Amino acid sequence: MTRQLLTGNGAAAWGARLARVDYVPAFPITPQTEIIETLADWFDSGAMPGKLVTLESEHSMITAAGAAAATGVRVFTATSSQGLLYGMEMIYAVAGWRAPFVMVNVSRGLGTPTTLESDHTDVLAARDSGFLQIHCATCQEVLDTILMGYRLAEDTRTRLPVIVNLDGFYLSFTREPVEIPESRAVSEFLPPYDPQNVRFRASAPTSQGVAVLGGSPYSYFRYEAHLAALRGVEVYDEVASEFEAAFGRRHDAVEAYRCEDADIVFVMMGSFSTKAKAAVDELRRAEQKVGLVRIRLLRPFPVEALRRAVAGVGGIAVIDQNLSMGRGGVLHTEIASALYGEQDAPRMLLSFIGGLGGRDISPEELFEIAAETRKAVDSGRAPPTRLLYTAGELREIRKLQAIAEVERREPEQKS
Amino acid sequence: MRTASRVLGSAFFESGFEVQDAPRYGAERRGAPTFAYVRASRATIHERGIIGHPDLVIVADESLPAVPAAAVMQGVTARTVVLIHSREDAAVWKQRLNLDGLVITLPTSEANAETPFVGSVSAGAAARLVGVVSREALLSAVRAEIAPFGELALRESERHVLEAYESMAAHAGVVVEGDEARALDYARPEWIRVPFEEARISAPAIHAAATSVQVKTGAWRTMRPVVHESLCKKCWWICSTFCPDSAIEVTAENRPQIDYDHCKGCMICVAICPSHAIEAARETEQRSEGPHDA
Repeated sequence: MTRQLLTGNGAAAWGARLARVDYVPAFPITPQTEIIETLADWFDSGAMPGKLVTLESEHSMITAAGAAAATGVRVFTATSSQGLLYGMEMIYAVAGWRAPFVMVNVSRGLGTPTTLESDHTDVLAARDSGFLQIHCATCQEVLDTILMGYRLAEDTRTRLPVIVNLDGFYLSFTREPVEIPESRAVSEFLPPYDPQNVRFRASAPTSQGVAVLGGSPYSYFRYEAHLAALRGVEVYDEVASEFEAAFGRRHDAVEAYRCEDADIVFVMMGSFSTKAKAAVDELRRAEQKVGLVRIRLLRPFPVEALRRAVAGVGGIAVIDQNLSMGRGGVLHTEIASALYGEQDAPRMLLSFIGGLGGRDISPEELFEIAAETRKAVDSGRAPPTRLLYTAGELREIRKLQAIAEVERREPEQKS
Repeated sequence: MRTASRVLGSAFFESGFEVQDAPRYGAERRGAPTFAYVRASRATIHERGIIGHPDLVIVADESLPAVPAAAVMQGVTARTVVLIHSREDAAVWKQRLNLDGLVITLPTSEANAETPFVGSVSAGAAARLVGVVSREALLSAVRAEIAPFGELALRESERHVLEAYESMAAHAGVVVEGDEARALDYARPEWIRVPFEEARISAPAIHAAATSVQVKTGAWRTMRPVVHESLCKKCWWICSTFCPDSAIEVTAENRPQIDYDHCKGCMICVAICPSHAIEAARETEQRSEGPHDA
């Protein structure tokens, strides 16, 4: 086992390499491209057996990934943001094929306006597709989660594709120390894929991913995929335990950090949650009982694990790095639906939107979120959803609008 | 800068530190300000992204402090050490940038400001300034990061990195770890509720014409085209037509005039002029003659 500095993208490539993938359909997009570049180098040099093929779009790439997986080989692919959306028709389609593979998404905010930096609105567009979805917080987790992802995808109870999400820039281009496990240990944890009846042989034709007429068969197939996704919770827990036994690192579906006696918790996803860990440590030094709950497994949603993590907590501050136009934070509604009606659910559930398009969240803002949540718990009144945004930022927007000659004058009143 | 951050990051890692290093860039084009950062700690690093209050800031190009988008002085406090690659005095920069803390200049020869080795120089200097990285760890990091670029690049990088490391001997260890934000007495964020504004205001549209004129892309140049009047045949069209930025205008007397505020220094005009009347000159030589606008 070696420990070295790797970017999140480098860790993703190592995950695919150690998983001994047979086939990688690829299409470049910032900030993901380094993953397929690294894999292309390894295929080219012979360090990896198998094949990487560049496709002409993400739509074709995801089709190729699903089609290859449907022949019973192990498939890896990666995309980001606009690319994920360009392939979205096939994201939903291939999940229905029940052909398992792992796809990395490197999160990047969606246009318009166009941007390069991270938020989760892109990957949440795949939330309801049938892909299982795991969010990473560190580069180590990226590598580990790809290995776990294949176990989860290929398990006979689930047999669904898995998206492993990492945040652009904050993970994709950030180097951190990463332990690269021995390939022999990985082979034991993740044996060769046994596709059972997922196969495609000329001598034994099968029709996969068929069409149906009428709602009744449609409902059956869709609901079966849903039930399989729900089974993913127990499969995930088994895989996490086996992973810990093999490699000594535990990646729970819901990470509860310093929550035991917490009266307030942050709830977050992705790499910004490590910033919240630092803030929790500092708040604890100031003798405030604050913890962090991180949702790692978003689909299937680990309802029970969440309930356990927040048991006894007075107030929850959900910090969403995404935005559902006309509603607010997606995680906030997920948490609310998981806790509503529970007898000892926390009384206060606050919603904050932060980190859109890579906008930083400062330690001071996390301290202030804790303070606002405490105030809400004490007063029994939750403030409306807050976008983390400062007067200084709005001043800068005003300057840009002046340059853009945005007309700020009120329209003339018609008499 | 990405390479500099990787060399410094690896040097810390070799020295037993937990490390985080990352580059940061927006538009992928020559001349755009880019930066990279390194965090090192004995404990697991939970912070990530842009460093709010850096302990050390290295400015690799002395034209950057004048570029607002570069924001090189963001988060600098009285205890931040600022290292500037410049031929000018530290005292000049201290006064010019109104800095309270220690300012060190790293004398640039014409050579290193515009060669790939500015990264090595930055990493070598930083390694000495932080005081906890040995020569051996630094050299091992250079080997790890630069070897893929070939033997020559490695040899040159080793030389530059060591020279910079030695040149900072008098300042060894001046960089000290700053305090983290305190939960007890923090500066409260100036949050506001973003007001509702109608789409005629809040849609991402630029109504002003030719706003690109306001961006002085001339600062991106490393080489500058200079027209020699005596050689110019006054053909009136070739250089101005081929200029991809429309930065050459021809006067009524058929003389080409280069708009140095917007010429990015691609040198297409130099290559295309049939009478070789346009010469490529090093920007640093030109810049030192002009007034500083920092």
